[in-house]
Amino acid sequence: MKYINWLLSCFHSWFNAWFVGIFIGCTIIAAPIGLVFVSVFFPQPEIWQHLYSTVLSDYIVNSLVLAFGVGVLVIVIGTVLAWCIARYEFAGRKQLQWLVLLPMAMPAYIIAYTYTGLLDFAGPVQTLLRKTFDWQYADYYFPDIRSLSGAIIMLSLVLYPYVYMLARTAFSEQPASLEEVSRSLGVSTSKHLFKVVLPLARPAILMGAALAMMEAFADYGTVQYFGLSTFTTGIFRTWFGLGNGIAAAQLAAMLTSFVVLLLVIEYLSRRKIRYYFQGQRAQRVNRKKLTGSKAFWVPFVCVIPVFFGFILPVLQLFNWAARTYSKQLTREFWLLLWNSFYLAAIAAVTALTLALLFAYGKRLNPIKPIRFLIGVVNLGYAVPGTVIAIGAMISLSWLDIQINTLTENWFDVSVGLIFSGSLFALILVYSSRFLAVAMHNIDTGLARVKPSMDDAARSLGYKPLQVLKTIHVPLMKTSVLSALLLVFVDVLKELPATLILRPFNFNTLAVRAFELASDERLMDAALPALAIVSVGILPVILLTMLMDKSSPNSSQVN
Amino acid sequence: MKKFIFCTFFLVTMMSPTVEAEQVNLYSARKEALIKPLLDKFTQQTGITVNLVTGKADNLITRLKSEGKYSPADILLTTDVGRLYRAKQQGLTQQIEMSDAIATLPNNFRDEQGYWLGLSLRARTLMVSVDSADANSMIDLEDLITPHWKGRVCIRSSSNIYNQSMVASLIAQLGETAAQEWVNGLVKNFARSPQGGDRDQIKAVAAGLCDVAIANTYYLAGMLGSEDKTTRQEAKKVKVVWPNQTNRGTHINISGVALAKYAPNKAAAVKLIDFLLSKESQLWYATTNHEYPVLPDIAWSELLQSFGTFKTEEIHLGKLGELNAAAVKMMDRAQWK
Repeated sequence: MKYINWLLSCFHSWFNAWFVGIFIGCTIIAAPIGLVFVSVFFPQPEIWQHLYSTVLSDYIVNSLVLAFGVGVLVIVIGTVLAWCIARYEFAGRKQLQWLVLLPMAMPAYIIAYTYTGLLDFAGPVQTLLRKTFDWQYADYYFPDIRSLSGAIIMLSLVLYPYVYMLARTAFSEQPASLEEVSRSLGVSTSKHLFKVVLPLARPAILMGAALAMMEAFADYGTVQYFGLSTFTTGIFRTWFGLGNGIAAAQLAAMLTSFVVLLLVIEYLSRRKIRYYFQGQRAQRVNRKKLTGSKAFWVPFVCVIPVFFGFILPVLQLFNWAARTYSKQLTREFWLLLWNSFYLAAIAAVTALTLALLFAYGKRLNPIKPIRFLIGVVNLGYAVPGTVIAIGAMISLSWLDIQINTLTENWFDVSVGLIFSGSLFALILVYSSRFLAVAMHNIDTGLARVKPSMDDAARSLGYKPLQVLKTIHVPLMKTSVLSALLLVFVDVLKELPATLILRPFNFNTLAVRAFELASDERLMDAALPALAIVSVGILPVILLTMLMDKSSPNSSQVN
Repeated sequence: MKKFIFCTFFLVTMMSPTVEAEQVNLYSARKEALIKPLLDKFTQQTGITVNLVTGKADNLITRLKSEGKYSPADILLTTDVGRLYRAKQQGLTQQIEMSDAIATLPNNFRDEQGYWLGLSLRARTLMVSVDSADANSMIDLEDLITPHWKGRVCIRSSSNIYNQSMVASLIAQLGETAAQEWVNGLVKNFARSPQGGDRDQIKAVAAGLCDVAIANTYYLAGMLGSEDKTTRQEAKKVKVVWPNQTNRGTHINISGVALAKYAPNKAAAVKLIDFLLSKESQLWYATTNHEYPVLPDIAWSELLQSFGTFKTEEIHLGKLGELNAAAVKMMDRAQWK
């Protein structure tokens, strides 16, 4: 009897509407990722023998070096920027605040194109050097931009804002009382930084770095252009070149496993730390005014990443676009702009809604199956877009074929490809791929809302969804908006899935830029590339305005 | 209620496929810029709407396959013959009935059973600096593996389909062993680790980084017609050398079409294929992207004439698709990045 009661209570606590909803939602979104792992059950010994004896070690080593290189570099850049901007007052701080976010609007493959144009052997920089010093090839050393370290720098330049944003919020939300305590105990400023501030901000910093590393693992455009052998280029080589889709999916599964490992490490590293800032209105940290030489070089250092991550490449794009815009600026161009914009907007709203429901569901029912499902959905961020897109294409086409068979049998009409042949497929893939970005933000936001708030609201008779709508969302407005805008910018830049799944006669700016660039017409690609960057800037600016506005009231979040 | 209306509107716009009177649906691996103007002309002449999706050939083939018999696609257009072969192997295409236009096509540009046919010709050749001692000499691909060329050869990554097809053609004509020797030897003579596209190899020759590049001719032609002065100047420093003229001929590939097995608009599709083989379209390829026409009696543009005439390989192009995987493995073994 006892046993039956226990079973019943398990049943009761698991099978509620939240659980069922999250289960169904996650299953649909994880289906394309899951298909990748199904491949593991169809061993391809002959191909793997070949890969193992020739290129596999290259794929593993290069991908790991790339991801960890990017991880380290974004932590350095992002944390330094966040610290300076959150804690010091200096000339230009207000402008820098949003300037440093601009590289986010720059797709990695586009920054790679522009730097290659500038720095390769035939580019203006080296040509100038040769002319000035009358050098010939091999007379001088010049670092090769198209190398692994080049790729690390390119990706870091556009990915550091992930760390910056999370770290800045963490730094500015630390109550001033901490510093006062340290000072009163005679702890030096640098010791306070390393013993108190950084450890407290560590979860935020590592989370940002994890996102950047996932992007680095999944990057295809840059590494392909630089001719590097990584997992992503290997996947396509195996699939298209060797004609073996299953082995390619197995490679993708292996890549995803690396990411699982990464996420587990990140999770373990912050498992023991969980802080909620207590309810009392904490004093905001006062920014220290910089004087003397520091007032000069701090802004200077802060400008460096913006200059290389945004200003220089944009100038190069302008330079190219100036020569080709008359040919590119047709009526169709405005249609591309509109397509890109509304697709990204729909995807962002969808991903945000899902992330809110999932994150809140997890908070309500923190049971293993839900955590596991959500964990799987989060993996999508690290799976190359193409792989998810193919997964979605296969599963949705299957669904469409079943639907058509049914309607043909029952009504003698076929309805056509309603899911796989429409924008639905794209929205599904964007959700699979970018839900992690939204989830990370919402999770961080929710984690700061004390559970006692929920209890209070519930005891006053609010239903869970009402609590989410009236208490949580307003409290974590910044997190909600940054989730929305990050997904928007990500979708705007997204390329491979859009290319594979878009319906007839539907193009976006990213597709146009890519088509021209992959035809080696970089100059023609400059105008659509600039347009992506400009549309991407709007939300970035909006985001900073909000971050700024909300920070005086940030104590409300506590 | 507002929400409901919004959602319905949203779903309807997202899910409604376009319905038109007479139309043909095209999956194209040719970039939009390099096919759309031609399609617009076709629509003008016939009133048939052409719906276009572009993408990478293999993705389009996967899409065709997973959509099965409900696929809306009528025509698959690719930029290399290996992919046409692959679509045929996977049973995704059907025979194209012989028409007057198709009958004029030389035999090796058509599948034996009529499953695919070529639309334009691309030659992969050698490019050297105009001032170099090699500018007027005869070079064969086989010469490039001799010590004379050590550290002087530029070529892009082996992930590129043009290189895969080229090595496949060598396997077909020289045999496995000799082809592997050639690939190994070539990798040893590289001036730098492969990077960038064909244009980058041409630029490297112009800048003196290497002495010979292997590239498709239309890239050089594109650079000669560029808006950018520096690019034009670079291109002028480079000259085409046709390899293997005294023996098997220069390596070529085709861009071509196949008719989808379940094509819902077959009649219109056949009309489009005929149009793509018409004199007008053949001339367009040659002038817009500087590819060689597949039909023998079409006049070449001045630019193409300036590159000179050449003897082409005569192996059946379907072979290239068959040997693609073998070629990739060969290049993996030689550590050609």
